[in-house]
Amino acid sequence: MGHQLKDQFKSEYGVKEKKRPRERWAKIAIFLVLVIFSLFALIPFYFMLVSSFKPGSELIRYGINLKWQPEIMTLKNYYLLFTGKEGIYLHWYKNSVLITCFQTFVAVFLSAIVGYGLAVYRFRGRNLIFIAVLVVMMVPIEILMLPLYELTIRLRIIDTYTGVILPFAVPPFAVFFFRQFALGLPRDLLDAGRIDGCSEYGIYFRIMMPLMKPAFGAIVILQAMFSWNSLVWPLIALRSNERMTLPVGLSSLITPYGHNYDMLMAGAVLSVLPIIIIFIFNQKTFISGLTIGAVKE
Amino acid sequence: MPMTKTKKASLRSFLSSPKVAPYVFVAPFILFFLICYVYPFLRTIEMSMQQIYGFDDVTFIGLNNYRRLNNPHFFNALKTTTAYTFWTILVLIPLPIILAVFLNNPATRGKGFFKGALFMPALTSVIVAGIFFRYAFGEQATTLVNAITGVFGIAPRVWLQERGPAMFALVVLCTWRWLGVNIVYFLSGLQAIPRELYEAAAIDGANAWNCFLRITLPSLKPVIIYVITISIHGGYSMFAESFAYWQTHTPGDIGMTIVSYLYQMGFNDFDMGFASAIGVTLLFIVMLLNLVQLTIMGFFKKEAN
Repeated sequence: MGHQLKDQFKSEYGVKEKKRPRERWAKIAIFLVLVIFSLFALIPFYFMLVSSFKPGSELIRYGINLKWQPEIMTLKNYYLLFTGKEGIYLHWYKNSVLITCFQTFVAVFLSAIVGYGLAVYRFRGRNLIFIAVLVVMMVPIEILMLPLYELTIRLRIIDTYTGVILPFAVPPFAVFFFRQFALGLPRDLLDAGRIDGCSEYGIYFRIMMPLMKPAFGAIVILQAMFSWNSLVWPLIALRSNERMTLPVGLSSLITPYGHNYDMLMAGAVLSVLPIIIIFIFNQKTFISGLTIGAVKE
Repeated sequence: MPMTKTKKASLRSFLSSPKVAPYVFVAPFILFFLICYVYPFLRTIEMSMQQIYGFDDVTFIGLNNYRRLNNPHFFNALKTTTAYTFWTILVLIPLPIILAVFLNNPATRGKGFFKGALFMPALTSVIVAGIFFRYAFGEQATTLVNAITGVFGIAPRVWLQERGPAMFALVVLCTWRWLGVNIVYFLSGLQAIPRELYEAAAIDGANAWNCFLRITLPSLKPVIIYVITISIHGGYSMFAESFAYWQTHTPGDIGMTIVSYLYQMGFNDFDMGFASAIGVTLLFIVMLLNLVQLTIMGFFKKEAN
């Protein structure tokens, strides 16, 4: 609409002839800038893919390069992922999958009921709890990693999945998201449910939760992405090699003392692959989940 | 038997009464808040005033750990962290705004592809990105970055072992992973600006640059505040990027951030008391910066109105 109006405005005043070439150049310039930054974003993926077929010694000697060298490129690195070091990579993969599923389920289930409770009910202390949610969003968890480490040791959940999940069991950003979403739920349904004899929990599980489906979609994806890529806390909470997740395991391969560079690139490629595939099919959900925080209340 | 049955039933009706149910709903957060934030917070303050030889072998030493912060390693870490936060904000606000404006232009073609491509790096873990950039910024003359600078006749350098280039490498890694995310934030802000504003400005004869300065930027203010807030938070708590490049110890503390220093002291040197003092100080810095930033941006003024 805006453009039509502008064009009409221009042609009426006879500026059309003069402005057109300039506008076309601007359009081309914009396109080029976007192409350059997209290349910046995508090229590392291509490099990683190419390098994953080359021997690790090549990577150490010459660094990373674009050269396509069919004579040294093989599937050996991928084969090694399944057989090398007693299949430790498969353990990491399994741990990552299980922790991601477990953590996402717990975090989404709990933060949804909390967010719903904060949005739908008026009760004493509600504002106080909501302020606590906001404050916690501002506190970097890294600051608390020492006492949390001690806590997991005392609770005897160090080096377990439970220990990895505990500090992220009710993520504040997800509570915030669900609260914002639940504020828009029709409150008449609450009364209707009560009249029909539903308990408060029945109202949530049977009536409200299905209505919150779009919020669940966004948070499940964001939370799963977060768990899958999470490094700092798993690095502390997971001690033994066969309990490690993919990021922690891969980081253990880049120590200067190891000689596992063959597995490194192939391992990295296989660890991003599932997320990229999910992203390609759910681009909108990924992006809608992110924007909630930026939208002013 | 009937007694317990009625007890059970009364407990159930108590829990599901509209007065009690809200507290059941929010109980998980209250528990989580107490166990994972309040207790560790108080505990870390306690630990910061102790000399800790083992979790059960401690002596109270007052503010001694805080006095020990007065050392070159800590100040270097503070400088590195502040510089990193400064550069990431300087790059990751103007650049994504410009790209978002380009992507929001109705005349731009291939938007879906560009949005997807620019967002893709956000899907990777720091370690995966770090593996790539570690080799891209390697010391070999044939590796990616040295090959590119070589085209311009610049001699190959050891990027990750010098202060300036190391910071550059950190900011590039951060830009690669977060550019797309910030573009998404700014795009959502742009889409909320009513088109009529631009139409009215066009009729008044405003050019594109004037529209950008007078309409686009002021309308994006809330998003800019949000992005600065998360950038300060992310910048000052940065550790993973540094870990991906250098692990924990580097010659001359290159790339060592405050949290790296905390990690090094706590988990490598087992100096838990001192590490806690670093953590408490960092928390104080982050809270102060957020407060200052939000006051400058007039966030609280708006709330008061």
